[in-house]
Amino acid sequence: MGKNLYQKVWDDHVVRQLDTGQYQVFMALHLIHEVTSPQAFGMLKDKNLKVAFPKRTFATVDHIIPTDNQVRPLADDMAEKMIQVLSSATEEHGIEFFAPESGAQGIVHVVGPELGLTQPGMTICCGDSHTSTHGAFGCISLGIGTSQVRDVLASQTLVMDPLKVRRISVEGTLEAGVTAKDVILHIIRTLGVNGGVGFAYEYAGSVVDNMSMEERMTLCNMSIEGGARCGYVNPDDTTFEYLKGRERVPTGADFDEAVTRWRSYASDADAGYDDVVVISASDIRPTVTWGVTPAQALSIEENVPDPDKVEGLEKNLITDALDYMQLDANQPIKGTKIDVAFIGSCTNGRLSDFKSVAAVIGGKKVAANVRAIAVPGSEKVDKEARELGLHEVFEAAGFEWRLPGCSMCLAMNPDKLVGDEVCASSSNRNFIGRQGSPTGRTILMSPVMVAAAAIEGQVADAREVFNLEGGEA
Amino acid sequence: MSGVRIGKVSGRGVYVAGNDIDTDRIIPARYLTCVTFDELGPALFYDVRFDQDGNSKGHVLDGPKFAGAEVLISDDNFGCGSSREHAPQAIMRFGLKAVIAGSFAEIFHGNCTTLGIPCVVMDAENRAELSNLIERDPSLDIMIDIEQLQLVCANKIFPISMKESVREAFLDATYDPLDTLLAAQDDVNAVAAKLGYA
Repeated sequence: MGKNLYQKVWDDHVVRQLDTGQYQVFMALHLIHEVTSPQAFGMLKDKNLKVAFPKRTFATVDHIIPTDNQVRPLADDMAEKMIQVLSSATEEHGIEFFAPESGAQGIVHVVGPELGLTQPGMTICCGDSHTSTHGAFGCISLGIGTSQVRDVLASQTLVMDPLKVRRISVEGTLEAGVTAKDVILHIIRTLGVNGGVGFAYEYAGSVVDNMSMEERMTLCNMSIEGGARCGYVNPDDTTFEYLKGRERVPTGADFDEAVTRWRSYASDADAGYDDVVVISASDIRPTVTWGVTPAQALSIEENVPDPDKVEGLEKNLITDALDYMQLDANQPIKGTKIDVAFIGSCTNGRLSDFKSVAAVIGGKKVAANVRAIAVPGSEKVDKEARELGLHEVFEAAGFEWRLPGCSMCLAMNPDKLVGDEVCASSSNRNFIGRQGSPTGRTILMSPVMVAAAAIEGQVADAREVFNLEGGEA
Repeated sequence: MSGVRIGKVSGRGVYVAGNDIDTDRIIPARYLTCVTFDELGPALFYDVRFDQDGNSKGHVLDGPKFAGAEVLISDDNFGCGSSREHAPQAIMRFGLKAVIAGSFAEIFHGNCTTLGIPCVVMDAENRAELSNLIERDPSLDIMIDIEQLQLVCANKIFPISMKESVREAFLDATYDPLDTLLAAQDDVNAVAAKLGYA
């Protein structure tokens, strides 16, 4: 029997087995940022340790950076301090730091791929659960805690138990208006928020084969929301085409050689899997969340659930979620009033996300009562979008075009919901209080669905608002 | 550095009900603006415990009944969401020494393990019985025996489970793996060289 990608990458990077039965595994790339890494440098200092592989380590700032004004020092003293600690630690240890206004700053999971730091066959880690994003290139990519950031800084290795692998095959053709975000929300809805615990997800099938790299990143990004520690797509010509010419990717004969090696990591045709799931593309509609976990999702055509139709703990979960969201049982999700529209984040803050929206919002206006922001995922995305004039299209429609950062995805910066505002959001989590207000309400959806909601002032079907019916996406 | 061997953990319990209790609930993101973990204890479950004016909502963690509890009991998929170690750090600094749940999210589980906080799996029926016991008598001692993989409360023995490799790590005091990882730097360098990362 052949091997799947997870097994091949694992085998290449295992250093040794430990007495506990776990493994010590080498990390090919370590990405760090200001929220979960400064403390790890403090831990190194306490033990008088150095960074083992500073050239395999790269830093940026994303979570706490304001998106309206990035002039230093930042208004928030502690946010400023976090950047300073990261900046001085990276300088002390010889780590490259993509600082604000360097031209390369951005959300860590946008920056790694766009620079070509993320390459097939790597083990990648970062103190952020959405590190699963990098799996789009055919990597084992893991979110880790700060003590593990310390471990990787000090040794470039992690202690790991091997994961099982579930192949999720999405077959068929997506309808117009149905995006990678809808695919992953549909998968999480189908398999549950903890369905992936103990697994790496291999995304495959004709739908995934036909996706661009940015769509694959959206897909892999939310693996963790389904409980899977990581998700990946096998590298193919789409992957290599994306990487060709990127700043940190080899050139000429070295590139050709790299492609041969990268291709070899793809799962063998006769590889074994611990589980296989097949999803039919024709079952996927524009999908939005109605509750407080990403699995509490439904298609735009459906009504929110009725707690009286289920028993036990599930009944409580639905009742509590409806109560928090101020929704009635059985009401259509379509038509739910919104206050804020957010397009951005490591899930949907890349150039193609803004392009897809700009292509349909021309001539339309954000509803008067809606505050709408578009936040590019990186300085590069911002620059490329501006070169294409996308920012003007967004601004003409009534969106604010902001500076790069995590922004309203997690509200560690000034972009926050106020009170019980409802946000149509292209981000990844709709947890209680996630967007900065303890009573704020988040409805997750694709960028084009956020745009439709912004224009209508309520959750809407992008296929209707933008006349996307008929034909392929 | 490896810590001390953890064979048994005991203390009084507190039950925080609910599935899918996520890391944003365990510690809201605004408390992540910090450069050390030292001050995180009081922020544990902040928005569940306090209203927007900082007044207590009478959460079980704050009432006199369960004050001083050291064992947190919850339900399925505890700790889902973010990789922020701030979550287990807040739990630890609040004074909790172990978490019992139906299941755990993986990154959270790993973070707890490294900090020496055992995450113990117990089925729904036994969790219900255990939480009923402490509801009736909050002074009861809960003893988690990692060696025997059982929990003792009010002379009753409950079965628990834990990933074997993690159990081993608590018992041989290698749950904080840094020393172990640093002991193989030659092997690490060899792998790096083989992969072209040296």
